[in-house]
Amino acid sequence: MAQTVFAPWLDADEKPLIQFKNVTKRFGDFVAIDNLTQDIYAKEFFALLGPSGCGKTTMMRMLGGFETPTEGQILIAGQDMKGVPPNKRAVNMMFQSYALFPHLSVFENIAFGLKREGKPKPEIEARVEEMLRLTRLTKFAKRKPHQISGGQRQRVALARSLAKAPKLLLLDEPLGALDKKLRQDTQFELMDIQEKTGTTFVIVTHDQEEAMTVASRVAVMDEGEIIQVATPADIYERPNSIYVADFIGDVNILHGHATRADDGYDIAYAEGKAPLHAKTSNDLGASAKCALAIRPEKVSITAKKPAKVTNAIKGKIIDIAYLGNLSTYHVEIEGGHMIKAQTANTTRLERRSFTWEDTVWLSWTDTAAIVLEG
Amino acid sequence: MRRFSWFNATSLTIGFLFLYLPMVILIIYSFNESKLVTVWAGFSTKWYGELFQNQAFLDAAWVTVKVAVLSSTIASVLGTMAAYVLVRGGRFRGRTLFSGMIYAPLVMPEVITGLSLLLLFIGIGLDRGVLTIVLAHTTFSMCYVSVVVSSRLVSFDRSLEEAALDLGCSPFEAFRLVTLPIIAPAVISGWLLAFTLSLDDLVIASFTAGPSSTTLPIKIFSAVRLGVSPEINALSTIMISIVTVGVISASLLSKRALVRQKREERAAEQTAD
Amino acid sequence: MRRFTLIAVPYVWLLVLFLVPFIIVFKISLSDTALAIPPYTPTLDFSSGWEGIRNFFAGLDFENFKFLTTDDLYWKAYLSSLQIAAISTVLSLLVGYPIAYGMAQAPDEWRPTLMMLIILPFWTSFLIRVYSWMGILSNEGFLNQFLLWTGIISEPLLILNTNTAVYIGIVYTYLPFMILPIYAALEKLDISLLEAAEDLGCSRLTAFWLITIPLSKQGIIAGCFLVFIPALGEFVIPSLLGGSQTLMIGKVLFEEFFSNRDWPVASAVAVILLLILIIPIVLFQRNEQKQREAEG
Ligand SMILES: Nc1ncnc2c1ncn2[C@@H]1O[C@H](COP(=O)(O)OP(=O)(O)O)[C@@H](O)[C@H]1O
Ligand SMILES: [Mg+2]
Repeated sequence: MAQTVFAPWLDADEKPLIQFKNVTKRFGDFVAIDNLTQDIYAKEFFALLGPSGCGKTTMMRMLGGFETPTEGQILIAGQDMKGVPPNKRAVNMMFQSYALFPHLSVFENIAFGLKREGKPKPEIEARVEEMLRLTRLTKFAKRKPHQISGGQRQRVALARSLAKAPKLLLLDEPLGALDKKLRQDTQFELMDIQEKTGTTFVIVTHDQEEAMTVASRVAVMDEGEIIQVATPADIYERPNSIYVADFIGDVNILHGHATRADDGYDIAYAEGKAPLHAKTSNDLGASAKCALAIRPEKVSITAKKPAKVTNAIKGKIIDIAYLGNLSTYHVEIEGGHMIKAQTANTTRLERRSFTWEDTVWLSWTDTAAIVLEG
Repeated sequence: MRRFSWFNATSLTIGFLFLYLPMVILIIYSFNESKLVTVWAGFSTKWYGELFQNQAFLDAAWVTVKVAVLSSTIASVLGTMAAYVLVRGGRFRGRTLFSGMIYAPLVMPEVITGLSLLLLFIGIGLDRGVLTIVLAHTTFSMCYVSVVVSSRLVSFDRSLEEAALDLGCSPFEAFRLVTLPIIAPAVISGWLLAFTLSLDDLVIASFTAGPSSTTLPIKIFSAVRLGVSPEINALSTIMISIVTVGVISASLLSKRALVRQKREERAAEQTAD
Repeated sequence: MRRFTLIAVPYVWLLVLFLVPFIIVFKISLSDTALAIPPYTPTLDFSSGWEGIRNFFAGLDFENFKFLTTDDLYWKAYLSSLQIAAISTVLSLLVGYPIAYGMAQAPDEWRPTLMMLIILPFWTSFLIRVYSWMGILSNEGFLNQFLLWTGIISEPLLILNTNTAVYIGIVYTYLPFMILPIYAALEKLDISLLEAAEDLGCSRLTAFWLITIPLSKQGIIAGCFLVFIPALGEFVIPSLLGGSQTLMIGKVLFEEFFSNRDWPVASAVAVILLLILIIPIVLFQRNEQKQREAEG
């Protein structure tokens, strides 16, 4: 059966759950969030991605009610959140530091929010038990936070913020303290929980792989602004700027001059070299400075110049990085640019065909590269 | 950036008024012309003049300073030894008793310490005088010194001493050349603490002082027992001023040292780049 | 050899000047009053050998302790000391907690100054700090003049030489002991815990009750003991600020010794005071131990 694609942002009738409307947040003179407008829809898994200090935590804290916007409006389910204190919002936050109460047991930590609602005791207990099962913590219910491991603490924090079944769950770098293996397990667990509970998640991370894995949409931020919002695949395949292309994954950037040709552009990247060709629907105008972004894995590396390929450049291998499953070749092309090409290591290491100082040809198709303004 | 909330600013203001207003009032009234300490009769420094005419006070002050210097110096040596034994001494027979005897005087009521020492001095036939006060003050001050010094010793890296031993120092040399310079600030604060405690002590001194060795607190106590006295106000003002100047300059000095250290560290980092 | 000297010197000093005096106090508390120098009997007489030692032990008894139970002055004094120390401790907590809280919330650049302002009174004479209240609390004192001037009262209040003055004196002089441990606990408190509590539905006030207070509990306990223990044996404050009806055991001991010259009874009073103090001291030690374990 064909699954319908989850893409409420494409549906004009869908009402967004969260609306940032021209939100600016200043700390003194410092602008942490700069005139930001963004909609987030119910049941989304929305990831905020960006370098440290770009304002991700500040956005979350404004949603949680711990900071008030200097200008602009934040609406949750259509209601203006101005003046609504954190304890009156159907929003829960999982803190970067977990913020587990050290004097309370795991059970009491999870029950904390439910008790504030004044629910009857059996109901609270049942809900906590359910959360403990969901996060696989039943065995540790009686322990204090300092008596469990980092991964377990993180799950307690998650269970605690989920217990009240909030409409919206904010996760601020929830997996930052975990090692890689545990992190991947937990990412899948998070997606699983999100699917089961139908909660809207907004997750902050500075780990792009994590964002790509869990998110329905990714917002790439820089200096208080959102640069691009798109699905993980679009962000990777169709970045809208050098910044995004560079931020997500590895990329080769060639600066040059674009002139219209056929269904795309010819890009002159060096004096006396044949121009490179890229198909695109982007319109840069008739003739402009531009940048060509090519992912290393889309560059093939061969000993002889391949026939029937639009773009081919000769170069010399300077360095080889062996990553196990992949190898990255650093190739210096004429004119001094360095281009990375990545190949899967399908054969054993000793049978590898290229080595240092070899002269090779780099080539890619006319749809592999993206033309960006630059 | 955090700012004072209304509530916190109020509670701090009231709290510090409570702590400082009595002393401020005392200082103001020390310049009161009138003998009646509660009625303001104009500005005067005559009570300071009378204070310096009063031979009994001057004698008592001299005894007090002598006792304080002697006892705090001996207490610093003994207290540092005790701290070293507690932190670095390893196990030895009677260690529990030893650490008990270091901590007990800190919580012992002064009346009991004074009484017990007096009974000892009488028992062994030691005449009461400066010597007995010094012995008494040294005994409780050394415990304070050892607490201060041992907290520094605990926090500093044992491997520094081991490095010195490794480079050929004898244990004593290692202590003199490495440990002592590092714990010196703690020893100095210990000395200052012991000195202040000795200056301050009334109860233990009352038990252990002889007729010819009255200390300043004993003198003050007998003078104010019956009511407020303008001379004592003047004396208090002098003592408060000395302490205030001392504490403020000490904290400014340590702040300057901290700032300099930070600046040097930053400079070092920059040259390293 | 050097190690031996290092251990022996402070050890012997404390044995001779701390432990032995206690044994003497204990021994004299079991002796009888005598009109002699020293004013008690028996004294240990080694010159008559075994006989002397046996006579010495035969002369010891619990009469002084029995005496303490018959004269109600003493047990009243113990009870009233406990009561005054307890009330003063609670008052210190009520005054000290908001100050410690305010300090912990203050901007970072203010903290060293506030800290210095709290510690400064430590270095000024205890006696002078107590004395400064005599001029304020007396009938014609600053406080009464001020209150009469504002018209809040028409008759001067009788405060000096009452228990109220003693409470004020104890709170005033021991306040830093209450503030510092509470401040140390509050300063460590992570603000995100309070935010988490609010996030989970607490108001500011309930977050304070459910998070701040429990997490500063160790500091509160330490502060209370640091005030209660020395207040119990206090002598200067009841002597200067208290009245004739203010009964505190430190004062009783002092007077028993100097005015009545009854050394055996004074010693017995001291021994009982120590026994009473052991309980809070042990509890205090436990609290410190627990705190160290929680941190370690
Ligand atoms: N309370 C505050 N006062 C002053 N500056 C702040 C405050 N909170 C955050 N900032 C500043 O705002 C910027 C964005 O911070 P933040 O949202 O925490 O970034 P991140 O994306 O790393 O989570 C940072 O430069 C930070 O220094
Ligand atoms: Mg952050």
